[in-house]
Amino acid sequence: MSKTIVSMDQVTIRFAGDSGDGMQLTGDRFTSDTAILGNDLATLPNYPAEIRAPTGTLPGVSSFQLHFADHHIQTAGDAPDVLVAMNPAALKANMRDMPRGSTIIVNKDEFSARNLTKVGYETNPLEDGSLESYKVHGIALTSMTVGALAHLPLSRKEAERAKNMFALGMLSWMYHRPTEATEKFLTAKFSKVPDILEANLVAYRAGWNYGETTEEFSVSYEIAPAPQVKGKYRNMSGNLALAYGLIAGAHCAKLPLFLGSYPITPASDILHELSKQKKFGVITFQAEDEIAAVGAAIGASYGGAMGITSTSGPGVALKSEAIGLAVMLELPLIIVDVQRGGPSTGLPTKTEQSDLLQVMFGRNGESPLPVLAASTPTDCFDMAMEAVRIATAYRTPVFLLSDGYIANGSQPWRIPEVDSLPDLHVDFAKTQENFQPYARDPQTLARPWAIPGTPGLEHRIGGIEKANLTGDISYEPANHDFMVRTRAAKVAGIDVPDLVVDDPDGAEVLILGWGSTYGPVRAAIDVLREGGAKVAQAHIKYINPFPKNLGEVLSKYPKVILPEMNLGQLAMLIRSEYLKDIISFNQVRGLPFSTTELVEATLEVLNG
Amino acid sequence: MAEITLTKKDFTSDQEVRWCPGCGDYSILATMQAFLPELGVPREKIVFISGIGCSSRFPYYLETFGMHSIHGRAPAIASGLTISRPDLTVFVITGDGDALSIGGNHFIHALRRNVDLKIMLFNNRIYGLTKGQYSPTSEAGKITKSTPVGSLDTPFNPVSLGLGAEATFIARTIDSDRKHLTGVLQAATKHKGSALIEIYQNCPIFNDGAFDTIKDGNSREGALLHLIHGEPIKSTTHAVVRKDDGDLEMRPLSEINEVDIVVHDAHRVDPTYAFALSRLHQ
Ligand code: SF4
Repeated sequence: MSKTIVSMDQVTIRFAGDSGDGMQLTGDRFTSDTAILGNDLATLPNYPAEIRAPTGTLPGVSSFQLHFADHHIQTAGDAPDVLVAMNPAALKANMRDMPRGSTIIVNKDEFSARNLTKVGYETNPLEDGSLESYKVHGIALTSMTVGALAHLPLSRKEAERAKNMFALGMLSWMYHRPTEATEKFLTAKFSKVPDILEANLVAYRAGWNYGETTEEFSVSYEIAPAPQVKGKYRNMSGNLALAYGLIAGAHCAKLPLFLGSYPITPASDILHELSKQKKFGVITFQAEDEIAAVGAAIGASYGGAMGITSTSGPGVALKSEAIGLAVMLELPLIIVDVQRGGPSTGLPTKTEQSDLLQVMFGRNGESPLPVLAASTPTDCFDMAMEAVRIATAYRTPVFLLSDGYIANGSQPWRIPEVDSLPDLHVDFAKTQENFQPYARDPQTLARPWAIPGTPGLEHRIGGIEKANLTGDISYEPANHDFMVRTRAAKVAGIDVPDLVVDDPDGAEVLILGWGSTYGPVRAAIDVLREGGAKVAQAHIKYINPFPKNLGEVLSKYPKVILPEMNLGQLAMLIRSEYLKDIISFNQVRGLPFSTTELVEATLEVLNG
Repeated sequence: MAEITLTKKDFTSDQEVRWCPGCGDYSILATMQAFLPELGVPREKIVFISGIGCSSRFPYYLETFGMHSIHGRAPAIASGLTISRPDLTVFVITGDGDALSIGGNHFIHALRRNVDLKIMLFNNRIYGLTKGQYSPTSEAGKITKSTPVGSLDTPFNPVSLGLGAEATFIARTIDSDRKHLTGVLQAATKHKGSALIEIYQNCPIFNDGAFDTIKDGNSREGALLHLIHGEPIKSTTHAVVRKDDGDLEMRPLSEINEVDIVVHDAHRVDPTYAFALSRLHQ
């Protein structure tokens, strides 16, 4: 049978199923194959906090959305063009996001009366006409998978488990994805269990062949590679990029990297990744708690390593006292906060930007420290390197903010040439007469990094206020006032790049973003400009200190819109710093902004 | 290269010592300053990390590297240091409140990890720096500012706790016995791994006389059991024997045969024997 091939410029697919159905893996594989093909892409995984909620229920639905295109894109897409639903729960949980006319592929084997009742379907949506305005494909994914694996010595349950690979194969056929990498991946993953490996490979190929032969699908789609700067690319999630950035940063600073960490969603992948990298001189320490994790990192920095701790909001709360100690000790330290919904346990697997004020001010005393925020998954690499630069050059703890959206989301990343990375080397203090541990570099105001093992530099430091220069304990009123102001001046004087404004048309309205709102804001800007609207855009990645030109930029625009996934935390900082009114656009739904929402909010301001 | 020419003076910093007159911390400090030259490790390779409390001022008075950190967290900070810098000799200075209350979690995990740390726990069975509240090693019923009708809690026995935390080296000593404390420091610094040294330390201001039975010239030799590897465990009046059920007990010398006295084995891997020893005073 000859099939039509249709060229498209972009597609958004959402894979949805039970937590146990392997949807994250399916999505990851499709994404990696898409990166190899050379499309631009962005992903949005969405999974429940429960490891295995009861099978077939709405709370147990896990999904993975991928947007890929033949041109540069910014987000994982507002609404999917295609939904792959592995059961009735996955269909029900995702239908509200599906625009009319979109394609819905369901595993019809799972649409039993019992499964339908479980999620509150009174009639079968595949039969009752409720999906009339969609292109629905009911595919017997489970039974075809089991059938394809009949020759293998597997229980029915084991065979059924490979149905995600059948689905992946089918979609890979439909969108002309290369298959070698996934076959290689499966071979490596299941090398120790040959039957399971065989099952996955056979199911994957069977799905592909099914697409090729079935009359159910008459069309397959081609999406050409996106033009990109020449180089070697790979798919990259934010957490992975952050881990690599820390390694690269420590390497460029010629320092061993020490990570103290305690497992916490959504930051644990940073610990997992760094644990694999002993070959790069990385030491990881899974501590007994969040406090010990940061404590050990401080100890390592004191000894001359790049001490790092990775966590999320609740962990930051626990670490505050130790971070205050690092402020006082004036030692390098990086605290990575992969933000999630709060307060308290909040929404562990969902995204939010609500730790900003906590990291700025959540410590006793005047305790200033630099705060950086990564904007996209791959920007996590660059900002991690920046965190190393600032921590080591200024001998200060640095907060690096990411969030669940960019931590788990991914995009293509051009692997940088190692030679192109900056030199971040700083000198330790050398043996000298009359060493003064709190004498400062006049440029940076950094104190010497005097590590144990250096003869003649024996000295004592601690959390009690220090006398200027000598570092001895001091309760002197004037000295305390001086030291508090000096620590503040040091952070305020950190060299950060100017804010870049994108304003080709001389707009009156500026959309300001920070952190992971970059993608959605950029996508909204493109839509707005296509519609003839004049809007400027700027993105803040350095929150403390702010870029030096921020005040000037703000003063140029009568209206500044600031979307945040919190109730206006950066807006509060900007108002107090620049006395500039800000039009806040806030959402705390555990999800990134959609392009449509941002476009509408901006139009309201433009027209209002 | 060991700097064998160093003396006690070389390890004494220029900081004025600020403990109360008569505090047991003075004698521990003097013993440490005298011991460090014989350790044979250059000054710059020695680090003292303390938490918060009277004893945690200790690092200021030693001419080595030192960090006076935050309450209870010294073992965590010291772990990060010793793991990334195995060339250093790292001591943790802590007290009963610092190690066993606010820092209890770090204390037990440092011991079980067995990283190279020498933890010196100054046990005065009271909170000194906050001016006299009961501590996790205060005896039950203790009347203090925060327990006007007597504390209700059962105290920790730091040695038992350390054994439960899988410590590989534990010793108990006392501030006033310079010779014994020095011997313990020698053994602990030779030990590769975490070492717990509990030091009974008198606080003359808030808990004076807590250890008088083992300090007083009249009672001391009767009350003190010296644990010496390969030698019978006895004081001048009592000795340790094994009961029929396998447990250890203290009996007057007059009631037992010399051959029945338990001979100390400092290297026994199974901690049950050490645990039984740790419970003897109770
Ligand atoms: S309060 Fe007690 S422990 Fe603290 S310094 Fe004074 S005597 Fe020593």
